[in-house]
Amino acid sequence: MSPEPLSIVDAGAALRSGESTAVGLLASVLSRAEMTESELHCYLNLDREGASRAAASADEELERGVDRGALHGIPVAVKDNMCTRGLETTCSSQILSGYLPPYDATAVARLREAGAVIIGKTNLDEFAMGSSTENSAYGPTRNPWDTERVPGGSSGGSAAAVAAGSALGALGSDTGGSIRQPASLCGIVGMKPTYGLVSRYGLVAFASSLDQIGPLTRTVTDAAVLLAAVAGHDPADATSYSGPLPDFAAGLHAGVEGLKIGVVRELNGEGYQAEVSEATGDMLNRLSAQGAEVVEVSLPMFDVALSAYYLIAPAECSANLARFDGMRYGLSIKGPTAAATMAATRAEGFGPEVIRRILLGTYALSAGYFDAFYGQAQKVRSMLQSEFEAAYRKVDVLVSPASPTTAFRLGERTQDPLAMYLSDICTIPSNLSGHPAISVPISLDSKGLPIGFQVMAPALGEQVMFRVAAEVERLAGFGALPAPALAPPTRVPL
Amino acid sequence: MPIDVDVAHVANLARLALSPEELDRYRQELGVILEHASRVQQVETSGIMPLSHPLGSGNVFRPDEPSPSLDREEVLEMAPESRDGFFVTPPALD
Repeated sequence: MSPEPLSIVDAGAALRSGESTAVGLLASVLSRAEMTESELHCYLNLDREGASRAAASADEELERGVDRGALHGIPVAVKDNMCTRGLETTCSSQILSGYLPPYDATAVARLREAGAVIIGKTNLDEFAMGSSTENSAYGPTRNPWDTERVPGGSSGGSAAAVAAGSALGALGSDTGGSIRQPASLCGIVGMKPTYGLVSRYGLVAFASSLDQIGPLTRTVTDAAVLLAAVAGHDPADATSYSGPLPDFAAGLHAGVEGLKIGVVRELNGEGYQAEVSEATGDMLNRLSAQGAEVVEVSLPMFDVALSAYYLIAPAECSANLARFDGMRYGLSIKGPTAAATMAATRAEGFGPEVIRRILLGTYALSAGYFDAFYGQAQKVRSMLQSEFEAAYRKVDVLVSPASPTTAFRLGERTQDPLAMYLSDICTIPSNLSGHPAISVPISLDSKGLPIGFQVMAPALGEQVMFRVAAEVERLAGFGALPAPALAPPTRVPL
Repeated sequence: MPIDVDVAHVANLARLALSPEELDRYRQELGVILEHASRVQQVETSGIMPLSHPLGSGNVFRPDEPSPSLDREEVLEMAPESRDGFFVTPPALD
């Protein structure tokens, strides 16, 4: 028996050669889920019935010669902050417990049109606010490489599911690193597209000027394939990009010869795990040996990006989450007046981190503090954007670690919000600038935990970003490294 | 120095009914976070335009064509209370 394919591309080939069926692929990931879920808790909701129907239909279509492309018959998972019609969508919050959306998010609808089989909804930090998936009202997700450690967050369920083999790919959302940081901590590929490339319609809003949906996969090619399926203009999202899209997978294996790679000086040094810095430096040497010109670049605004982010993101969240009022959907705790109903419902329905950020944002936007906090943060954002643009006039891509440390222990940072916020220091700048960025696993630290390498590119620079990422992946040979300790997916028979 | 926030006022603005203990905890946490966040105030920003949106899109138009909206019954199924096709809410004014 051949091992079950682990990548979307391999699975697609197996489907078309007749080695596998969509029903078989689904059975395989569901059996992985059965083996691992009690320990990992990647999923809030496995939609066995819906997935079975989709898989049977995908097989039936292929038999008839109807081929919807690379995702046809591929089992994928969706972060539970994207609306799925008639399938519970909670954002890991009590306030949305039992909520059945009356429509599909555009990204979800596109997955269905592409023939993908949606297995279920993955766990996250409540409303995508967090870096460890510990802020879920339904319990944390654990890291498949070490179940005493967090998978990162907020897309920790999606990242852990892909790492553990209970999905071949997954969608996440990235507001400050929520795709790339968990991908890094779980040893997989995670990518945040250029702002506007993927429609946000039906993605429950956290910070609208920062949120972006993107892929979590085992390979760089898979990330390009999954992105291609969900990207594209959507009239239902006014911020959606309406220009022509490149072929994301084209030129992926062109190598890095002749490319100029900028190493961000500010994303290293104090606060960075020594092994992360070493692995990053080692990869830079290898890229250089392949013919890339590696230069150091300084972007001083990176030092205040985190501060600006923790004013801008909470400000937008406080406005977006005003919609949870106990009147139209979700939890409702009746009071004598509308205001009392709202206050009681929201205090009961939101967890501590969400309340913390609503309070922060409300304060930063309130009379007397607006200019000093929110207004000033927006100016810093503007300066950061200018620094990025200046850097991209000199280099093709910027690189850094994806996370300052490898996976930390459950509970290690929950009592110190600021320490948790620092987990996203490498990823936040690209959200503020709206630029694409990707995390690629490159090695393991001495504890056997994955280290991720980040490649950032200018707006709509996905092609060069994927090209460098694919070379990083090839040089790292991470696929050859030992897979997660918890029943490695490479050894699961068909 | 941690920033002193009138959390009770902010919680009221945000429509969050918090206990005195919760208010006290959030006051301390917010003070520390805002102290870090106030580093943005050390940046010289005179003459800089604030950036609210990363890729600066202008107004967006779509064809003004009628299309079906969400099914009213299906939407109201998720409401805590509804009557005659409308949401039922407590009085907004005393």
